[in-house]
Amino acid sequence: MNMPKTITLSKGLNIRLKGEAEKTLRETSALHYALKPTDFTGVFPRMLVKEGDAVQAGTPLFTDKYRDNICFPSPVSGTVAEIKRGDKRVLLEVRIEPDGKNSQLDFGSADPSKLTREEITAKLLKSGLWSLIRQRPYGIIANPDQTPKAIYISAFDTAPLAPDYDFIVNGKGDLFQTGLDALAKLTGSKVYLNIGSNTRAKEFLDSRNVEITTFKGSHPAGNVGIQIHHLSPINKGDIVWFSGVQDVITIGRLFKDGVYNSEIILALAGSEVIKTGYFTTRRGACIGKMTEGNLKEGNVRCISGNVLSGTQIRRDNFTGFYDSMVTVIPEGNYHEFFGWALPGLKKLSFSRSFFSWLTPSRQYTVDTNLHGGERALVMTGQFEQVFPMNIYPMQLIKAALANDIERMEKLGIYEVEPEDLALCEFIDTSKTEIQTIIRDGLELVRKEMS
Amino acid sequence: MKALRNYLDKIKPQFEKGGRFEKLQSTFDAFETFLFVPDKTTHAGSHIRDAIDLKRTMSIVIIAMIPALLFGIWNTGYQHFLSLGQQADFMQIVGYGLLKVLPIIVVSYAAGLGVEFIFAQYRGHEVNEGYLVSGMLIPLVMPVDIPLWMVAVASIFAVVIGKETFGGTGMNIFNPALLARAFIFFAYPAKITGDTIWTGGLTKGEGVVDGFSGATPLGNAAAGAMDKIPSLYDLFFGFIPGSIGETSKIAIILGAIILIVTGIGSWRIILSGILGGVTMTLIFNAFAVNDYMTLSPLTQIMMGSFLFGMVFMATDPVTASQTNRGKWIYGFLAGFFAIMIRVFNPAYPEGTMLAILLMNAFAPLIDYYVVEANINKRLKRAVTVIKS
Repeated sequence: MNMPKTITLSKGLNIRLKGEAEKTLRETSALHYALKPTDFTGVFPRMLVKEGDAVQAGTPLFTDKYRDNICFPSPVSGTVAEIKRGDKRVLLEVRIEPDGKNSQLDFGSADPSKLTREEITAKLLKSGLWSLIRQRPYGIIANPDQTPKAIYISAFDTAPLAPDYDFIVNGKGDLFQTGLDALAKLTGSKVYLNIGSNTRAKEFLDSRNVEITTFKGSHPAGNVGIQIHHLSPINKGDIVWFSGVQDVITIGRLFKDGVYNSEIILALAGSEVIKTGYFTTRRGACIGKMTEGNLKEGNVRCISGNVLSGTQIRRDNFTGFYDSMVTVIPEGNYHEFFGWALPGLKKLSFSRSFFSWLTPSRQYTVDTNLHGGERALVMTGQFEQVFPMNIYPMQLIKAALANDIERMEKLGIYEVEPEDLALCEFIDTSKTEIQTIIRDGLELVRKEMS
Repeated sequence: MKALRNYLDKIKPQFEKGGRFEKLQSTFDAFETFLFVPDKTTHAGSHIRDAIDLKRTMSIVIIAMIPALLFGIWNTGYQHFLSLGQQADFMQIVGYGLLKVLPIIVVSYAAGLGVEFIFAQYRGHEVNEGYLVSGMLIPLVMPVDIPLWMVAVASIFAVVIGKETFGGTGMNIFNPALLARAFIFFAYPAKITGDTIWTGGLTKGEGVVDGFSGATPLGNAAAGAMDKIPSLYDLFFGFIPGSIGETSKIAIILGAIILIVTGIGSWRIILSGILGGVTMTLIFNAFAVNDYMTLSPLTQIMMGSFLFGMVFMATDPVTASQTNRGKWIYGFLAGFFAIMIRVFNPAYPEGTMLAILLMNAFAPLIDYYVVEANINKRLKRAVTVIKS
């Protein structure tokens, strides 16, 4: 095997927070599981089940109204406990109460290397696991009728407190490889597996049927969007697909065992967790059991995903479909006397305007305080330092704010997802909601193009 | 602090919509957020945010200006007693300086912030911190004998015409502090040019010793009196007449270090500005047809407000180029034109102000071409892919 190509990124920022997940694995079962349509960008759910219906693992719960071949399977067997709707009857979550038997629908096992592209697509669509394959641009679920330019998988995460995929993939090399073999059939060209400079797991390093590239650098080097930009940037009209490590493993299980086994490993991290660590659970698990008696006193915020681009959830709420971690940090709803004027030895800042820059290896407890009021964009040249793409972030944000589709296109909107600009949002002096602006911009372009 | 917080919480409803003082809502908010960082938390996007905000940013810039201000206060007194030919101790010198400089600062802040507060209330948004810097910059670029009412008029002009008509902080095209100075320069030229206005009390001319002209180094240079230009030592430390904050280069360099280390001022602009000035001077040196053109780059850079302008004015993130590549071009040309205008324009001995204002006007154009290059690269990439 020849040495993988290395791409070094000089821009970025590693945010060092307290409460990294300890490398211990615990089993946990949840009282409820749920599938949240809000996890899927651009999906209009149409329900297939009613409250009280019995379902098996793999039973489709709802489909996308506009692409009815894409359905979303129940993670466990049990009964539909509640279909929760929000304002304007927006479907928020479909709760399943497990029956403990975990009976699974059988989709039939098969060796993906012996199947055709059509057979693989059909199996993924039928089992609902097609939803694990997403596309760029727009971050929506891939279109099975298209052939992507390539498929990308990032095998490491550089976000704050991110889970260690080396630990997660341990012992699952076979499943991961089976998943990769299935994906390889779906693309006309290559599957790219991108690893970090610290990746040591042989499950990744020995992967076949893929092109391995090493990425070296701070966050967001682990974001698949950044990696795509440096391997083969997305032009107008290009479609690429991407998938997560645990998504590939789930796909691997489908082909190995013929069932939807929703088991994943979830990292529980953050300064407000008493005993951090990894949990074996299922997609869409209620975090109640994991966090019960395991959170520090006080007002805390639970986040499915990382602190930069995750989703806020309640303590009795559910993890996101694609998320591999739950972070718990303190809420910051307090007034700070002359907070902007203090020396700030314990304040985390990318700028060196607080004296904390003199202690670069300190780990921080950071709360959710905004640390200031929203202002017009004043400072320049800062976003560029944490955004390793050949794109002008400030100009792109302004084009998105102005709903100028043509300009967004010209400035490279197709290459980004909100998470790629999360660090810009974090360091922004003016407290602009950059990820929301980018998501709105992307949705505007998507609607215009479809 | 708790008592203060409780008091603020108690009176807050009166300033909210429907309250007795709802017309002062922005004002209350400005003072409240000055005392306490708001308790607002993130609700979309990133759950954690950097500790920096615009207040912190602006206060760093003000801290960076403090050395220049302190020296300016001292130098005001020093030049005054020098003109009288009197011996004075440190306290007397500083006392006189304070007496002359503090009123200018107070007037600048009162007039400018007053207008800012009115606009914030009228528009229904929070008071922006931008003027905290402008309000300090304006006194530093004024001659010490400037009438106070002119400072007030100029500050109001800068805020209303320079900033609020464009939409407030972050939207303006020209640096407000420079605009204030340009306003006085064009409206009341007699009060901001000449030899007498740079030294406190010299305008009145009472008791001035023979031979004290009060002329700035640039005034001397423009008059062709190269032999009267002070030594590099005096230029560097700033024992010379000039605008309040511009004279001491060491104080300005201290400020530049603070701006660059904290990452708040663009080192690209400062460096390229100096490079631009040096380049222009070297060109002059090569084709020198008069004495002014033979001055060394070091002398040119240390004379007048060149360094002050490059460090504190050209780096204004709102009016400078926004792209990094653009900043190099913008800074270089600002320095280049500053020296060119200074040497060639007989009507006005200093070119920094006009050069930076000129580049403010061109900054969006520079950015346009820089961004366009990026766009073209992207288009070209797409075309190559389609062809292959």
